[in-house]
Amino acid sequence: MIIKKRTIGLIIYLALLFLPIYWMLNMSLRTNADIMGAFAWYPSDPTLTNYMKIFTDPSWYSGYINSIIYVTINTIISVLVALPAAYAFSRYHFIGDSQIFFWLLTNRMAPPAVFLLPFFQLYSTFNLIDTHIAVALAHCLFNVPLSVWILEGFMSGVPREIDETAFIDGYSFPRFFLRVFVPLIRAGIGVTAFFCFMFSWVELLLARTLTTTAAKPIAATMTRTVSATGLDWGLLAAAGILTIVPGALVIWFVRNHLAKGFALGRV
Amino acid sequence: MNKWNNNKAWFFILPVFVIVAFSAIIPLMTVVNYSVQDIFGPGQRLFVGVEWFKEVLLDVRLHDALWRQLAFSGLVLLIEMPLGIAIALTMPKKGWAASACLVILALPLLIPWNVIGTIWIIFTRPDIGLFGYLVNGAGISFDHTAHAFDAWTTLMLMEVWHWTPLVVLLAYAGLRAIPEAYYQAAKIDGASAWAIFRFIQLPKMRGVLTIALLLRFMDSFLIYAEPFVLTGGGPGNSTTFLSIYLVKIAVGQFDLGPAAAFSLIYFLIILLFCWLFYQALQAVGTGEKS
Repeated sequence: MIIKKRTIGLIIYLALLFLPIYWMLNMSLRTNADIMGAFAWYPSDPTLTNYMKIFTDPSWYSGYINSIIYVTINTIISVLVALPAAYAFSRYHFIGDSQIFFWLLTNRMAPPAVFLLPFFQLYSTFNLIDTHIAVALAHCLFNVPLSVWILEGFMSGVPREIDETAFIDGYSFPRFFLRVFVPLIRAGIGVTAFFCFMFSWVELLLARTLTTTAAKPIAATMTRTVSATGLDWGLLAAAGILTIVPGALVIWFVRNHLAKGFALGRV
Repeated sequence: MNKWNNNKAWFFILPVFVIVAFSAIIPLMTVVNYSVQDIFGPGQRLFVGVEWFKEVLLDVRLHDALWRQLAFSGLVLLIEMPLGIAIALTMPKKGWAASACLVILALPLLIPWNVIGTIWIIFTRPDIGLFGYLVNGAGISFDHTAHAFDAWTTLMLMEVWHWTPLVVLLAYAGLRAIPEAYYQAAKIDGASAWAIFRFIQLPKMRGVLTIALLLRFMDSFLIYAEPFVLTGGGPGNSTTFLSIYLVKIAVGQFDLGPAAAFSLIYFLIILLFCWLFYQALQAVGTGEKS
Protein backbone atom coordinates (compact mmCIF):
# COMPACT_ATOMS: atom_id res chain seq x y z
CA MET A 1 0.00 0.00 0.00
CA ILE A 2 2.74 2.39 1.01
CA ILE A 3 4.54 1.87 -2.26
CA LYS A 4 1.33 2.59 -4.17
CA LYS A 5 0.75 5.86 -2.31
CA ARG A 6 4.30 6.91 -3.11
CA THR A 7 3.81 6.14 -6.78
CA ILE A 8 0.65 8.21 -6.86
CA GLY A 9 2.52 11.07 -5.21
CA LEU A 10 5.25 10.84 -7.82
CA ILE A 11 2.75 10.83 -10.67
CA ILE A 12 0.99 13.91 -9.24
CA TYR A 13 4.31 15.70 -8.90
CA LEU A 14 5.34 14.90 -12.46
CA ALA A 15 1.93 15.97 -13.77
CA LEU A 16 2.21 19.34 -11.99
CA LEU A 17 5.75 19.69 -13.27
CA PHE A 18 4.52 19.13 -16.79
CA LEU A 19 1.64 21.63 -16.65
CA PRO A 20 3.55 24.83 -17.55
CA ILE A 21 5.31 22.90 -20.32
CA TYR A 22 1.95 21.69 -21.58
CA TRP A 23 0.71 25.26 -21.58
CA MET A 24 3.69 26.31 -23.64
CA LEU A 25 3.02 23.44 -26.07
CA ASN A 26 -0.62 24.44 -26.23
CA MET A 27 0.30 28.05 -27.07
CA SER A 28 2.90 27.03 -29.63
CA LEU A 29 0.22 25.34 -31.70
CA ARG A 30 -2.04 28.41 -31.83
CA THR A 31 -1.80 31.76 -33.54
CA ASN A 32 -1.15 34.85 -31.48
CA ALA A 33 -4.64 36.25 -32.05
CA ASP A 34 -6.14 32.95 -30.93
CA ILE A 35 -4.02 32.90 -27.73
CA MET A 36 -4.92 36.45 -26.76
CA GLY A 37 -8.54 35.93 -27.72
CA ALA A 38 -9.78 33.22 -25.43
CA PHE A 39 -8.88 30.62 -22.86
CA ALA A 40 -8.58 27.14 -24.32
CA TRP A 41 -7.67 23.86 -22.66
CA TYR A 42 -6.25 22.54 -25.89
CA PRO A 43 -5.66 24.02 -29.37
CA SER A 44 -9.00 23.61 -31.13
CA ASP A 45 -7.49 24.50 -34.48
CA PRO A 46 -3.80 23.47 -34.19
CA THR A 47 -1.40 25.13 -36.58
CA LEU A 48 2.30 24.66 -37.24
CA THR A 49 2.92 28.16 -38.60
CA ASN A 50 4.97 29.16 -35.54
CA TYR A 51 7.28 26.19 -36.02
CA MET A 52 7.49 26.73 -39.77
CA LYS A 53 8.61 30.30 -39.20
CA ILE A 54 11.45 29.14 -36.97
CA PHE A 55 12.58 26.39 -39.35
CA THR A 56 12.54 28.59 -42.43
CA ASP A 57 13.93 31.86 -41.08
CA PRO A 58 17.77 31.70 -40.82
CA SER A 59 17.84 34.40 -38.14
CA TRP A 60 15.83 31.97 -36.00
CA TYR A 61 17.31 28.58 -36.67
CA SER A 62 20.91 29.83 -36.73
CA GLY A 63 20.41 30.67 -33.05
CA TYR A 64 19.84 26.99 -32.32
CA ILE A 65 22.88 25.96 -34.35
CA ASN A 66 25.10 28.50 -32.58
CA SER A 67 23.90 27.44 -29.17
CA ILE A 68 24.39 23.75 -29.94
CA ILE A 69 27.94 24.40 -31.20
CA TYR A 70 29.23 26.34 -28.22
CA VAL A 71 27.36 24.21 -25.67
CA THR A 72 28.88 21.03 -27.15
CA ILE A 73 32.39 22.50 -27.15
CA ASN A 74 31.90 23.66 -23.58
CA THR A 75 30.60 20.29 -22.37
CA ILE A 76 33.50 18.40 -23.94
CA ILE A 77 36.15 20.76 -22.54
CA SER A 78 34.56 20.83 -19.10
CA VAL A 79 34.31 17.06 -18.68
CA LEU A 80 37.75 16.36 -20.16
CA VAL A 81 39.69 18.78 -17.95
CA ALA A 82 37.57 18.01 -14.89
CA LEU A 83 38.13 14.22 -14.97
CA PRO A 84 41.83 14.21 -13.97
CA ALA A 85 41.34 17.15 -11.60
CA ALA A 86 38.46 15.47 -9.80
CA TYR A 87 40.55 12.31 -9.50
CA ALA A 88 43.38 14.31 -7.94
CA PHE A 89 41.02 15.95 -5.44
CA SER A 90 39.40 12.67 -4.47
CA ARG A 91 42.59 10.63 -4.12
CA TYR A 92 45.53 12.87 -3.19
CA HIS A 93 46.62 15.31 -0.55
CA PHE A 94 48.67 18.15 -1.99
CA ILE A 95 49.60 21.69 -1.08
CA GLY A 96 46.55 23.93 -1.32
CA ASP A 97 44.13 21.15 -2.27
CA SER A 98 41.14 22.19 -0.15
CA GLN A 99 41.70 25.89 -0.87
CA ILE A 100 41.82 25.37 -4.65
CA PHE A 101 38.81 23.06 -4.47
CA PHE A 102 36.71 25.72 -2.78
CA TRP A 103 38.16 28.55 -4.88
CA LEU A 104 36.91 26.76 -8.00
CA LEU A 105 33.34 27.00 -6.80
CA THR A 106 33.66 30.68 -5.88
CA ASN A 107 33.72 31.39 -9.61
CA ARG A 108 30.01 30.67 -9.73
CA MET A 109 29.28 33.25 -7.04
CA ALA A 110 29.92 36.55 -8.80
CA PRO A 111 26.84 38.59 -9.72
CA PRO A 112 27.20 38.97 -13.50
CA ALA A 113 25.92 42.52 -14.08
CA VAL A 114 29.18 44.39 -13.45
CA PHE A 115 31.44 41.55 -14.60
CA LEU A 116 30.11 41.68 -18.16
CA LEU A 117 32.13 44.75 -19.12
CA PRO A 118 35.56 43.36 -18.12
CA PHE A 119 34.60 40.07 -19.76
CA PHE A 120 33.93 41.86 -22.99
CA GLN A 121 37.25 43.72 -22.74
CA LEU A 122 39.17 40.51 -21.97
CA TYR A 123 37.75 38.59 -24.92
CA SER A 124 38.16 41.60 -27.23
CA THR A 125 41.86 41.66 -26.36
CA PHE A 126 42.17 38.09 -27.61
CA ASN A 127 40.05 38.87 -30.68
CA LEU A 128 37.50 36.27 -29.70
CA ILE A 129 34.33 38.34 -29.75
CA ASP A 130 31.48 36.73 -31.71
CA THR A 131 33.09 33.30 -31.90
CA HIS A 132 31.69 30.06 -30.54
CA ILE A 133 34.90 29.29 -28.71
CA ALA A 134 34.63 32.55 -26.72
CA VAL A 135 31.25 31.60 -25.28
CA ALA A 136 32.40 28.03 -24.68
CA LEU A 137 35.48 29.29 -22.81
CA ALA A 138 33.52 31.85 -20.82
CA HIS A 139 31.02 29.20 -19.74
CA CYS A 140 33.92 27.06 -18.53
CA LEU A 141 34.17 29.59 -15.71
CA PHE A 142 31.13 28.08 -14.03
CA ASN A 143 30.90 24.65 -15.69
CA VAL A 144 34.43 23.42 -15.03
CA PRO A 145 34.16 23.99 -11.24
CA LEU A 146 30.76 22.31 -11.23
CA SER A 147 32.13 19.31 -13.17
CA VAL A 148 35.03 18.96 -10.76
CA TRP A 149 32.69 19.07 -7.77
CA ILE A 150 30.16 16.58 -9.13
CA LEU A 151 32.81 14.15 -10.42
CA GLU A 152 34.78 14.38 -7.17
CA GLY A 153 31.65 13.33 -5.29
CA PHE A 154 31.19 10.27 -7.49
CA MET A 155 34.89 9.35 -7.44
CA SER A 156 35.05 9.57 -3.66
CA GLY A 157 32.27 6.98 -3.60
CA VAL A 158 34.55 4.47 -5.34
CA PRO A 159 36.61 2.58 -2.72
CA ARG A 160 40.31 3.27 -3.00
CA GLU A 161 41.05 -0.46 -2.80
CA ILE A 162 39.98 -0.64 -6.46
CA ASP A 163 42.84 1.68 -7.44
CA GLU A 164 45.30 -0.22 -5.27
CA THR A 165 44.27 -3.62 -6.62
CA ALA A 166 44.56 -2.39 -10.18
CA PHE A 167 48.05 -1.00 -9.60
CA ILE A 168 49.14 -4.27 -7.93
CA ASP A 169 47.76 -6.15 -10.95
CA GLY A 170 50.17 -4.12 -13.06
CA TYR A 171 47.84 -1.60 -14.69
CA SER A 172 49.61 1.57 -15.80
CA PHE A 173 47.89 4.76 -14.66
CA PRO A 174 46.35 5.81 -18.00
CA ARG A 175 45.15 2.27 -18.67
CA PHE A 176 43.68 1.99 -15.17
CA PHE A 177 41.99 5.35 -15.48
CA LEU A 178 40.39 4.74 -18.87
CA ARG A 179 39.67 1.02 -18.63
CA VAL A 180 38.74 0.60 -14.97
CA PHE A 181 37.99 3.89 -13.34
CA VAL A 182 36.02 5.79 -15.97
CA PRO A 183 33.53 2.92 -16.52
CA LEU A 184 32.99 2.80 -12.75
CA ILE A 185 31.93 6.43 -12.56
CA ARG A 186 30.02 6.61 -15.83
CA ALA A 187 26.86 7.56 -13.93
CA GLY A 188 28.75 10.59 -12.63
CA ILE A 189 30.06 11.46 -16.09
CA GLY A 190 26.54 11.28 -17.48
CA VAL A 191 25.17 13.60 -14.80
CA THR A 192 28.09 15.99 -15.22
CA ALA A 193 27.72 16.18 -18.99
CA PHE A 194 24.03 16.86 -18.63
CA PHE A 195 24.57 19.65 -16.11
CA CYS A 196 27.28 21.29 -18.22
CA PHE A 197 25.01 21.12 -21.22
CA MET A 198 22.11 22.54 -19.28
CA PHE A 199 23.87 25.44 -17.56
CA SER A 200 25.62 26.47 -20.75
CA TRP A 201 22.37 26.16 -22.70
CA VAL A 202 20.29 28.43 -20.47
CA GLU A 203 22.96 31.05 -19.71
CA LEU A 204 22.08 34.27 -21.45
CA LEU A 205 24.02 37.28 -20.14
CA LEU A 206 27.57 36.14 -20.94
CA ALA A 207 26.59 34.54 -24.22
CA ARG A 208 24.80 37.67 -25.35
CA THR A 209 27.64 39.97 -24.28
CA LEU A 210 30.30 38.01 -26.14
CA THR A 211 28.42 37.64 -29.41
CA THR A 212 26.86 39.89 -31.99
CA THR A 213 25.62 37.93 -35.00
CA ALA A 214 27.82 35.01 -36.06
CA ALA A 215 27.54 33.13 -32.76
CA LYS A 216 24.35 34.60 -31.34
CA PRO A 217 22.63 32.17 -28.96
CA ILE A 218 18.98 31.14 -29.22
CA ALA A 219 18.08 32.64 -25.84
CA ALA A 220 19.13 36.05 -27.19
CA THR A 221 17.20 35.52 -30.42
CA MET A 222 14.10 34.82 -28.38
CA THR A 223 14.20 38.20 -26.67
CA ARG A 224 13.46 39.65 -30.11
CA THR A 225 9.86 38.48 -29.84
CA VAL A 226 9.42 41.16 -27.18
CA SER A 227 8.93 44.24 -29.32
CA ALA A 228 7.05 47.51 -29.26
CA THR A 229 4.03 45.87 -30.86
CA GLY A 230 3.80 43.41 -27.99
CA LEU A 231 4.76 39.80 -27.67
CA ASP A 232 4.21 37.13 -30.26
CA TRP A 233 3.31 34.50 -27.66
CA GLY A 234 2.79 31.69 -30.12
CA LEU A 235 6.19 32.14 -31.73
CA LEU A 236 7.89 32.48 -28.35
CA ALA A 237 6.20 29.33 -27.07
CA ALA A 238 7.23 27.38 -30.17
CA ALA A 239 10.82 28.57 -29.77
CA GLY A 240 10.65 27.61 -26.09
CA ILE A 241 9.46 24.10 -26.92
CA LEU A 242 12.31 23.75 -29.42
CA THR A 243 14.89 24.89 -26.83
CA ILE A 244 13.91 21.91 -24.68
CA VAL A 245 14.48 19.32 -27.41
CA PRO A 246 18.32 19.12 -27.57
CA GLY A 247 18.68 18.84 -23.80
CA ALA A 248 15.94 16.24 -23.61
CA LEU A 249 17.91 14.21 -26.17
CA VAL A 250 21.05 14.54 -24.03
CA ILE A 251 19.31 13.27 -20.92
CA TRP A 252 17.77 10.46 -22.98
CA PHE A 253 21.27 9.33 -23.99
CA VAL A 254 22.72 9.51 -20.49
CA ARG A 255 19.66 8.02 -18.76
CA ASN A 256 21.07 4.50 -18.71
CA HIS A 257 24.30 5.72 -17.20
CA LEU A 258 22.27 7.48 -14.56
CA ALA A 259 20.11 4.47 -13.87
CA LYS A 260 22.59 1.62 -14.09
CA GLY A 261 24.53 2.90 -11.16
CA PHE A 262 27.50 1.26 -9.71
CA ALA A 263 28.85 -2.03 -10.97
CA LEU A 264 31.20 -3.39 -8.34
CA GLY A 265 33.67 -6.14 -9.03
CA ARG A 266 34.79 -5.15 -12.49
CA VAL A 267 38.42 -5.34 -11.45
CA MET B 1 39.26 8.13 3.72
CA ASN B 2 42.97 8.75 4.08
CA LYS B 3 44.42 10.18 0.91
CA TRP B 4 47.81 9.66 -0.59
CA ASN B 5 50.23 12.54 -0.13
CA ASN B 6 51.50 13.58 -3.50
CA ASN B 7 52.17 17.09 -4.74
CA LYS B 8 52.47 15.83 -8.31
CA ALA B 9 48.67 15.69 -8.25
CA TRP B 10 48.94 19.39 -9.10
CA PHE B 11 49.63 18.32 -12.70
CA PHE B 12 46.16 16.77 -12.79
CA ILE B 13 44.48 20.01 -11.83
CA LEU B 14 46.69 22.29 -13.90
CA PRO B 15 44.39 22.35 -16.98
CA VAL B 16 41.41 23.19 -14.80
CA PHE B 17 43.35 25.91 -13.04
CA VAL B 18 44.50 27.51 -16.28
CA ILE B 19 41.12 27.43 -18.00
CA VAL B 20 39.24 28.84 -15.00
CA ALA B 21 41.84 31.42 -14.05
CA PHE B 22 41.80 32.77 -17.62
CA SER B 23 38.20 33.94 -17.24
CA ALA B 24 38.26 34.52 -13.50
CA ILE B 25 41.20 36.60 -12.42
CA ILE B 26 41.36 39.53 -14.84
CA PRO B 27 37.62 40.41 -14.68
CA LEU B 28 37.69 40.17 -10.89
CA MET B 29 40.69 42.49 -10.67
CA THR B 30 39.01 44.92 -13.07
CA VAL B 31 35.91 45.04 -10.89
CA VAL B 32 38.06 45.62 -7.79
CA ASN B 33 39.69 48.44 -9.75
CA TYR B 34 36.29 50.00 -10.57
CA SER B 35 35.19 49.77 -6.97
CA VAL B 36 37.88 52.13 -5.67
CA GLN B 37 37.59 54.75 -8.40
CA ASP B 38 35.16 57.40 -9.54
CA ILE B 39 34.92 57.03 -13.31
CA PHE B 40 33.76 60.07 -15.28
CA GLY B 41 34.64 58.85 -18.73
CA PRO B 42 37.49 57.31 -20.72
CA GLY B 43 40.76 58.25 -19.06
CA GLN B 44 39.11 60.43 -16.42
CA ARG B 45 39.06 58.71 -13.10
CA LEU B 46 39.73 59.52 -9.50
CA PHE B 47 40.89 57.22 -6.74
CA VAL B 48 38.28 57.32 -3.97
CA GLY B 49 39.40 54.45 -1.73
CA VAL B 50 36.65 52.77 0.26
CA GLU B 51 34.07 55.54 -0.23
CA TRP B 52 31.83 53.43 -2.49
CA PHE B 53 31.93 50.57 -0.02
CA LYS B 54 30.82 52.92 2.78
CA GLU B 55 28.03 54.31 0.63
CA VAL B 56 26.80 50.85 -0.37
CA LEU B 57 26.98 49.42 3.16
CA LEU B 58 24.92 52.33 4.52
CA ASP B 59 22.27 52.09 1.79
CA VAL B 60 18.93 51.29 3.46
CA ARG B 61 17.34 49.99 0.26
CA LEU B 62 20.20 47.55 -0.07
CA HIS B 63 19.56 46.28 3.46
CA ASP B 64 15.92 45.68 2.57
CA ALA B 65 16.90 43.87 -0.61
CA LEU B 66 19.36 41.76 1.37
CA TRP B 67 16.74 40.64 3.91
CA ARG B 68 14.31 39.83 1.11
CA GLN B 69 17.04 37.87 -0.63
CA LEU B 70 17.91 35.90 2.51
CA ALA B 71 14.24 35.09 3.13
CA PHE B 72 13.83 33.98 -0.49
CA SER B 73 16.92 31.76 -0.57
CA GLY B 74 16.10 30.32 2.87
CA LEU B 75 12.60 29.36 1.75
CA VAL B 76 13.93 27.93 -1.50
CA LEU B 77 16.34 25.64 0.36
CA LEU B 78 13.75 24.59 2.97
CA ILE B 79 11.27 23.58 0.28
CA GLU B 80 13.45 22.24 -2.51
CA MET B 81 15.95 20.10 -0.60
CA PRO B 82 13.46 17.86 1.32
CA LEU B 83 11.09 17.73 -1.67
CA GLY B 84 13.92 16.82 -4.04
CA ILE B 85 15.20 14.02 -1.79
CA ALA B 86 11.66 12.67 -1.29
CA ILE B 87 10.98 12.59 -5.05
CA ALA B 88 14.33 10.91 -5.74
CA LEU B 89 13.50 8.17 -3.21
CA THR B 90 10.12 7.43 -4.82
CA MET B 91 11.44 7.25 -8.36
CA PRO B 92 11.59 3.84 -10.02
CA LYS B 93 15.07 2.33 -10.15
CA LYS B 94 15.06 1.05 -13.72
CA GLY B 95 13.04 0.41 -16.85
CA TRP B 96 11.12 2.74 -19.09
CA ALA B 97 9.42 4.43 -16.11
CA ALA B 98 12.79 5.60 -14.76
CA SER B 99 13.75 6.96 -18.19
CA ALA B 100 10.44 8.75 -18.56
CA CYS B 101 10.77 10.32 -15.08
CA LEU B 102 14.28 11.55 -15.84
CA VAL B 103 13.30 13.17 -19.12
CA ILE B 104 10.21 14.88 -17.67
CA LEU B 105 12.24 16.12 -14.70
CA ALA B 106 14.86 17.65 -16.96
CA LEU B 107 12.40 19.67 -19.05
CA PRO B 108 12.04 22.79 -16.84
CA LEU B 109 15.81 22.99 -16.40
CA LEU B 110 16.38 23.32 -20.13
CA ILE B 111 14.34 26.46 -20.78
CA PRO B 112 16.37 29.69 -20.92
CA TRP B 113 15.75 31.76 -17.81
CA ASN B 114 14.25 34.77 -19.51
CA VAL B 115 11.77 32.49 -21.30
CA ILE B 116 10.78 30.89 -17.97
CA GLY B 117 9.67 34.28 -16.69
CA THR B 118 7.76 35.03 -19.90
CA ILE B 119 5.97 31.68 -19.89
CA TRP B 120 4.91 32.20 -16.27
CA ILE B 121 3.53 35.64 -17.08
CA ILE B 122 0.99 34.06 -19.37
CA PHE B 123 0.59 30.90 -17.28
CA THR B 124 -0.60 32.98 -14.31
CA ARG B 125 -2.84 35.34 -16.26
CA PRO B 126 -6.42 34.92 -15.08
CA ASP B 127 -7.93 35.27 -18.55
CA ILE B 128 -5.74 33.09 -20.77
CA GLY B 129 -3.35 31.28 -18.42
CA LEU B 130 -4.04 27.89 -16.92
CA PHE B 131 -2.81 28.65 -13.39
CA GLY B 132 -4.51 32.04 -13.07
CA TYR B 133 -7.69 30.60 -14.62
CA LEU B 134 -7.85 27.69 -12.16
CA VAL B 135 -6.99 29.73 -9.06
CA ASN B 136 -9.50 32.44 -9.89
CA GLY B 137 -12.01 29.79 -10.85
CA ALA B 138 -11.62 28.33 -7.36
CA GLY B 139 -12.75 31.68 -5.98
CA ILE B 140 -9.39 32.95 -4.79
CA SER B 141 -8.60 36.40 -6.06
CA PHE B 142 -5.04 36.23 -7.20
CA ASP B 143 -2.97 38.91 -8.89
CA HIS B 144 0.80 38.87 -8.70
CA THR B 145 1.07 42.36 -10.14
CA ALA B 146 -0.96 43.94 -7.34
CA HIS B 147 -0.31 42.04 -4.11
CA ALA B 148 3.11 41.39 -2.60
CA PHE B 149 2.00 38.07 -1.13
CA ASP B 150 0.73 36.83 -4.49
CA ALA B 151 3.93 37.96 -6.18
CA TRP B 152 6.00 36.01 -3.67
CA THR B 153 3.79 32.93 -3.99
CA THR B 154 4.09 33.02 -7.76
CA LEU B 155 7.86 33.48 -7.68
CA MET B 156 8.24 30.69 -5.14
CA LEU B 157 6.06 28.33 -7.19
CA MET B 158 8.03 29.16 -10.30
CA GLU B 159 11.32 28.68 -8.49
CA VAL B 160 10.26 25.34 -6.96
CA TRP B 161 8.89 24.20 -10.30
CA HIS B 162 12.03 25.26 -12.13
CA TRP B 163 14.75 24.03 -9.80
CA THR B 164 13.53 21.11 -7.64
CA PRO B 165 14.35 18.75 -10.55
CA LEU B 166 18.02 19.71 -10.15
CA VAL B 167 17.99 18.43 -6.57
CA VAL B 168 16.06 15.33 -7.66
CA LEU B 169 18.50 14.49 -10.46
CA LEU B 170 21.54 14.87 -8.21
CA ALA B 171 19.98 12.92 -5.33
CA TYR B 172 18.78 10.21 -7.74
CA ALA B 173 22.22 9.80 -9.27
CA GLY B 174 23.68 9.63 -5.75
CA LEU B 175 21.20 6.92 -4.78
CA ARG B 176 21.99 4.88 -7.88
CA ALA B 177 25.68 4.98 -6.95
CA ILE B 178 25.07 3.05 -3.70
CA PRO B 179 26.23 -0.57 -4.17
CA GLU B 180 23.52 -3.22 -3.86
CA ALA B 181 25.60 -4.95 -1.15
CA TYR B 182 24.72 -2.19 1.32
CA TYR B 183 21.01 -2.86 0.93
CA GLN B 184 21.52 -6.61 1.22
CA ALA B 185 23.45 -6.14 4.46
CA ALA B 186 20.68 -3.90 5.79
CA LYS B 187 18.09 -6.53 4.84
CA ILE B 188 19.96 -9.21 6.75
CA ASP B 189 20.07 -6.91 9.78
CA GLY B 190 16.34 -6.33 9.45
CA ALA B 191 16.73 -2.56 9.14
CA SER B 192 13.60 -0.41 8.75
CA ALA B 193 13.10 1.84 5.73
CA TRP B 194 13.87 4.84 7.93
CA ALA B 195 17.08 3.25 9.23
CA ILE B 196 18.18 2.50 5.66
CA PHE B 197 17.53 6.11 4.72
CA ARG B 198 19.21 7.56 7.81
CA PHE B 199 22.29 5.34 7.97
CA ILE B 200 22.93 4.28 4.36
CA GLN B 201 21.24 6.53 1.83
CA LEU B 202 21.63 9.91 3.49
CA PRO B 203 25.35 9.55 4.35
CA LYS B 204 26.07 8.15 0.87
CA MET B 205 24.27 11.09 -0.72
CA ARG B 206 26.24 13.63 1.31
CA GLY B 207 28.52 14.54 -1.60
CA VAL B 208 25.77 15.15 -4.16
CA LEU B 209 23.53 16.85 -1.60
CA THR B 210 26.34 19.23 -0.67
CA ILE B 211 26.60 20.22 -4.33
CA ALA B 212 22.83 20.49 -4.65
CA LEU B 213 22.58 22.70 -1.57
CA LEU B 214 25.43 24.99 -2.61
CA LEU B 215 24.15 25.27 -6.18
CA ARG B 216 20.63 26.06 -5.11
CA PHE B 217 21.89 28.60 -2.60
CA MET B 218 24.17 30.37 -5.06
CA ASP B 219 21.74 30.40 -7.95
CA SER B 220 18.74 31.47 -5.87
CA PHE B 221 20.83 34.22 -4.27
CA LEU B 222 21.84 35.43 -7.73
CA ILE B 223 18.36 35.08 -9.21
CA TYR B 224 17.72 37.80 -11.75
CA ALA B 225 16.02 37.01 -15.04
CA GLU B 226 12.92 35.21 -13.74
CA PRO B 227 11.69 37.80 -11.19
CA PHE B 228 12.80 40.64 -13.45
CA VAL B 229 10.64 39.35 -16.28
CA LEU B 230 7.72 38.21 -14.13
CA THR B 231 7.33 41.01 -11.59
CA GLY B 232 10.02 43.56 -12.47
CA GLY B 233 10.80 43.78 -8.75
CA GLY B 234 7.30 44.85 -7.83
CA PRO B 235 4.65 45.42 -6.72
CA GLY B 236 6.40 48.28 -4.98
CA ASN B 237 9.76 46.89 -4.04
CA SER B 238 8.40 43.65 -2.64
CA THR B 239 10.34 41.39 -5.02
CA THR B 240 13.37 43.62 -5.61
CA PHE B 241 16.10 41.11 -4.86
CA LEU B 242 19.76 42.00 -4.64
CA SER B 243 20.60 41.40 -8.28
CA ILE B 244 17.63 43.43 -9.52
CA TYR B 245 18.73 46.32 -7.34
CA LEU B 246 22.32 45.88 -8.52
CA VAL B 247 21.30 46.09 -12.17
CA LYS B 248 19.29 49.23 -11.40
CA ILE B 249 22.49 50.87 -10.11
CA ALA B 250 24.87 49.43 -12.71
CA VAL B 251 22.77 49.83 -15.86
CA GLY B 252 19.97 52.16 -14.88
CA GLN B 253 22.11 54.84 -13.26
CA PHE B 254 25.44 53.69 -14.75
CA ASP B 255 27.21 54.18 -11.42
CA LEU B 256 30.06 51.80 -12.13
CA GLY B 257 31.95 52.52 -8.89
CA PRO B 258 29.13 51.85 -6.41
CA ALA B 259 27.87 48.96 -8.55
CA ALA B 260 31.33 47.35 -8.46
CA ALA B 261 31.57 47.80 -4.69
CA PHE B 262 28.06 46.34 -4.40
CA SER B 263 29.08 43.35 -6.57
CA LEU B 264 32.09 42.61 -4.40
CA ILE B 265 30.07 42.78 -1.17
CA TYR B 266 27.38 40.62 -2.79
CA PHE B 267 30.05 38.12 -3.83
CA LEU B 268 31.54 38.03 -0.32
CA ILE B 269 28.14 37.38 1.28
CA ILE B 270 27.57 34.38 -1.00
CA LEU B 271 31.12 33.20 -0.37
CA LEU B 272 30.64 33.41 3.40
CA PHE B 273 27.38 31.45 3.38
CA CYS B 274 28.70 28.79 1.01
CA TRP B 275 31.79 28.36 3.14
CA LEU B 276 29.68 27.95 6.28
CA PHE B 277 27.37 25.43 4.58
CA TYR B 278 30.33 23.55 3.19
CA GLN B 279 32.16 23.37 6.53
CA ALA B 280 29.00 22.33 8.35
CA LEU B 281 28.23 19.55 5.86
CA GLN B 282 31.82 18.32 5.89
CA ALA B 283 31.73 18.15 9.70
CA VAL B 284 28.44 16.21 9.68
CA GLY B 285 29.84 13.71 7.22
CA THR B 286 33.03 12.94 9.12
CA GLY B 287 31.07 12.63 12.36
CA GLU B 288 28.87 9.92 10.87
CA LYS B 289 31.66 7.89 9.41
CA SER B 290 33.28 7.17 12.77
